[in-house]
Amino acid sequence: MAKKFICEQCGQTFEAASMPDKCPICGADSSKIKEVKSKGINTNSNVYTICYAAVMVIIVAFLLAFVASALKETQDANVANDTKGQILSALGYDKATVDVGAIYAEKVKDNVLENGELTPYEGKFNTSYGALIKNGELHVFTGTTAEGEQAYVIPVVGRGLWGGLWGYIAVNESKDKVLGTYFYHESETAGLGARISEKWFQDQFIGKPIFGEDGKVALTVVKAGAAQQENEVDGVTGATLTSNGVAAMVKDGLTAYTDFLGGAVACPNEGKCPHEGGCQGCKEESEQTDVEQ
Amino acid sequence: MSKLFSEENKAAFTNPLNVNNPVAVQVLGICSALAVTSQLKPAIVMGLSVTVITAFSNVIISLLRKTIPNRIRIIVQLVVVAALVTIVSQLLKAYVYDVSVQLSVYVGLIITNCILMGRLEAFAMQNSPWPSFLDGIGNGLGYAAILVIVGFVRELFGFGTLFGYNVIPQFMYDAGYTNNGMMVMPAMSLIIVGCVIWAHRAYNKEEK
Repeated sequence: MAKKFICEQCGQTFEAASMPDKCPICGADSSKIKEVKSKGINTNSNVYTICYAAVMVIIVAFLLAFVASALKETQDANVANDTKGQILSALGYDKATVDVGAIYAEKVKDNVLENGELTPYEGKFNTSYGALIKNGELHVFTGTTAEGEQAYVIPVVGRGLWGGLWGYIAVNESKDKVLGTYFYHESETAGLGARISEKWFQDQFIGKPIFGEDGKVALTVVKAGAAQQENEVDGVTGATLTSNGVAAMVKDGLTAYTDFLGGAVACPNEGKCPHEGGCQGCKEESEQTDVEQ
Repeated sequence: MSKLFSEENKAAFTNPLNVNNPVAVQVLGICSALAVTSQLKPAIVMGLSVTVITAFSNVIISLLRKTIPNRIRIIVQLVVVAALVTIVSQLLKAYVYDVSVQLSVYVGLIITNCILMGRLEAFAMQNSPWPSFLDGIGNGLGYAAILVIVGFVRELFGFGTLFGYNVIPQFMYDAGYTNNGMMVMPAMSLIIVGCVIWAHRAYNKEEK
């Protein structure tokens, strides 16, 4: 079998049956020539590289799949527990210090709106409400606040600057004032947009009326320091887009629940209602037309 | 036993703790040092996660070092690190959920932490598993030490708490003391890291 040799003078490798007298390429004498000992497999060959990569990827994929499926149950339980904590947070509890599971089970009930009526929800606890709201499955949590007041908690979902926002808004029994809020975000800028998850921001909403005089959702977030009206809340300095995202989320979220909360329906004639009673008149008229047809 | 703790192995472990500290001397891994140190708890969890991941990826790479094809060695290193990071992040999510929320993307960013890639390429590719393991633990702890110092200072002066417990007594606030909001900002941790490096260099100069 041919052996491999390397010439240290010219750096070339060549094959020969035995140690040659001189390098066949540059002619250096045999003291410069070293035999290359092959170590079993050539780790630089293409086949080896490709096989190595493939085997490695398969092993890693199985490992990760195994870990993910083994831990899924615990993780889901954590996420559900955290969501319950967020709902309790809107109700004025400190989710970091209270026993979330026990208090949630005792004080909060999950309901679905069916034809405007609250129906107890029996299914698996949901941790994300964006898709449900889109599909018209509107959840309302009934519960009592930390101060013992009856409240409805409404989940809202929106978009911030970088990613999703979500929150829970607790409203009072007569459904016209906010009792507490909780907002969180996927990936807003730390120290700026991420501050919507801080208590000072969320506490500003407490006691604010939801609807304006025209019966539409008027609760909104304005520029930091610009809040004048009773339904305005200061935004976060340096995070205008996230603040706007919260404003839109609150507006869209609560508007979806207008029927339940008792605000006016969206005006079909864009505010120029020819009837007595404004938009309410339009609504009655459209209901009558429905009956006639 | 004596072989396990030879001078060389000891050096592999103790060097990165002080003389060759990855943050203070090599100035690696600064990004995460800024991001997770506003409070002590995430700083410690991050430090421990990096220690575990550096140690085990060092061992794995060191075991594989003779088989790894030279041309794709960085990819192999990345895959090993990424797999370990994913596993650690899954474990955090399952067992310390609130910490994993706080660390959010930074656990994933351990993959790109230059300390890890640096140790794999510079140490684990040339050394056997045991010294590599020590080297990984040493570098991780060296990194964690800086994080804990910065986290301690920032939480104490920024929030007046340690591990979330109030440590600054109420009469101090009554006397007009306020928490320093600057400490909570990420930029402040850069300044603290700078002070740590200053103290560290001054100390090591005397030693020599």
